[in-house]
Amino acid sequence: MKKSKKVRNDTNFNVILREFKHDKGATFFLFFLVGLILLVYGYALALNQKQVMHIDLLNGYSAPLKDGHLLGTDSGGRDVFQYLVLGVRNSLNIGIAVTCIVEVIGIVFGLVAGYYGGVVDNVMMRFLDFMMILPMLMVIIVLVSIIPNYSILDFILIVSSFLWVGTARLIRSKTLAEAQKEYVFAAVTSGMRSWKIMLFEILPNMSSLIIVDLILNLTSNIGIEVGLSFLGFGLPDSVPSLGTLIGLAQDPEVITGAPWVWLPAALVILFICVGISYVGNVIRRAFDARQRLG
Amino acid sequence: MWKTILRRLLVMIPEIILLSILIFILAKLMPGDPFTGMVTPQTSAAQIEQLRIKAGVYDPWYIQYYHWIVKMFHGDLGISYQFKTPVGTLIASRMWNTLWLSLITMILSYLLAIPLGLTAGRYENTKLDNFIMFYTFVAYAIPAFVFYLLGVWLFGYKLGWFPTSGSVDVDVTGGLSYLLSRLKHMILPAILMALISVTSVVQYLRSEVIDNKNQDYVKTARAKGVPEKQIFKRHIFRNSLLPIAAFLGYSITGLLGGSIFVEQIFNYPGMGLLFMDSIMNRDYSVITALVLLYGILTLIGSLLSDIILSIVDPRVRIE
Repeated sequence: MKKSKKVRNDTNFNVILREFKHDKGATFFLFFLVGLILLVYGYALALNQKQVMHIDLLNGYSAPLKDGHLLGTDSGGRDVFQYLVLGVRNSLNIGIAVTCIVEVIGIVFGLVAGYYGGVVDNVMMRFLDFMMILPMLMVIIVLVSIIPNYSILDFILIVSSFLWVGTARLIRSKTLAEAQKEYVFAAVTSGMRSWKIMLFEILPNMSSLIIVDLILNLTSNIGIEVGLSFLGFGLPDSVPSLGTLIGLAQDPEVITGAPWVWLPAALVILFICVGISYVGNVIRRAFDARQRLG
Repeated sequence: MWKTILRRLLVMIPEIILLSILIFILAKLMPGDPFTGMVTPQTSAAQIEQLRIKAGVYDPWYIQYYHWIVKMFHGDLGISYQFKTPVGTLIASRMWNTLWLSLITMILSYLLAIPLGLTAGRYENTKLDNFIMFYTFVAYAIPAFVFYLLGVWLFGYKLGWFPTSGSVDVDVTGGLSYLLSRLKHMILPAILMALISVTSVVQYLRSEVIDNKNQDYVKTARAKGVPEKQIFKRHIFRNSLLPIAAFLGYSITGLLGGSIFVEQIFNYPGMGLLFMDSIMNRDYSVITALVLLYGILTLIGSLLSDIILSIVDPRVRIE
């Protein structure tokens, strides 16, 4: 009985937990992210987006910690802290939505191309190659600017339709390898339908790969939304985004004269991106026994 | 090797056609005519209608596409609505700013990435390696434009070491001072872009060095008694550096894509800023031309990479 206690319980969850214990930086970022999410989503419940976005010119550029504004106000007299909270929430939401869509498209595309191989794969890969050469940022900006009164949903769909390429490539190359394995042959021989083999045989075997890809994609997708909003072609004007807040720094007056408007948002996005990647990296290590620290 | 290149060129043809069709559709979706630049308030409605019929606005789409492509090949990209000049000359005047900036960035980026990658590979799993890996990790994770913005705020505005906008001072004329002024305007954006774009080269180089360390030819060299320093310098580094050459083409692509943010933040008058200006002013003929140009440059970049790779690495050639 004593011995059995020593046997390590190697469920995925325990491995991940152990990996976090060995990496202080990752633990810090995990707590930071959890804390940030709780704060942002909790506080956002108490906020009214319309009220936060209400413009009050007389209170413009009030310095931090004055008149009850924790981080001061921007040119329109809007409370920067409240704007920031809503911005983080929206940017995270959009990032998550885009990531989910991108993963689904990428997985389906990759599975089909990798499983059938041959001509199907060839044609699909040529299409992927073509997607790779598109000047993505430009095309997205053009689409955003020519769609009349576009909404958040439009934005999510436009961005997603360009970002699935990386995931599709990854899944396709992994599926190519998996499709040559015996369990797949066994399933084929026993008369299983192709789509069932892809979904219930191959896909579960790639779950760790997909989770890691999902987390790393989340970082870049949040970055892309914030970047586009920064340029003014992201979320519609009425919806607060981290990018819009950072974009205010393009005004030379604001960048030096009122750093409280944009600097907190810039730092928050840096910490979010580094944090999510860090956590993703730890999970990747946990899934790959050769890279584990603990 | 010529076979590989030829095959690669053949693959490009359908890609270019697809790209041009897509951009043609985008251009059609944009409001406005190809001759918006020529219309003045004095032009009557009937005259505009005449122009439209003459320009073939009412033809079926494939005929319009054909005319559009033929015009493109003749270098006729239309007239800029905003600047009232032919789009070709407008872009040509801005192109060199972007290309120079990209070139300097690329040189700086390789100057930084190669020593970092080689060091990290040689001293694998030491503190130094961990530090370099951490740096490349952060550089990859953060959105580049935030980094540029913090850079221009700190070094441009707060410390005042570098100019924060434009590509050249207004008061300089000719000769060396002009060149120096140009350089001064490019150096901060170039450094910032280089700092954040090293990740892929460093990580690739590091794993190349680590791979090569265990190869037989290294063991042979060691057994012959070649000093450790020479083994790295003469044997490992040479073999690891070759594949990096293939990254060149892709870096061009990456830099061009990034130019939109950098030029917007530094107010640097290159193609990226021209694109943003044109979007703001709905100058569609310029936008169409720029999207096409960026697509073609991306294609050339990846073509270049593949050609370099087939020169340095005979294994990928088709016989």
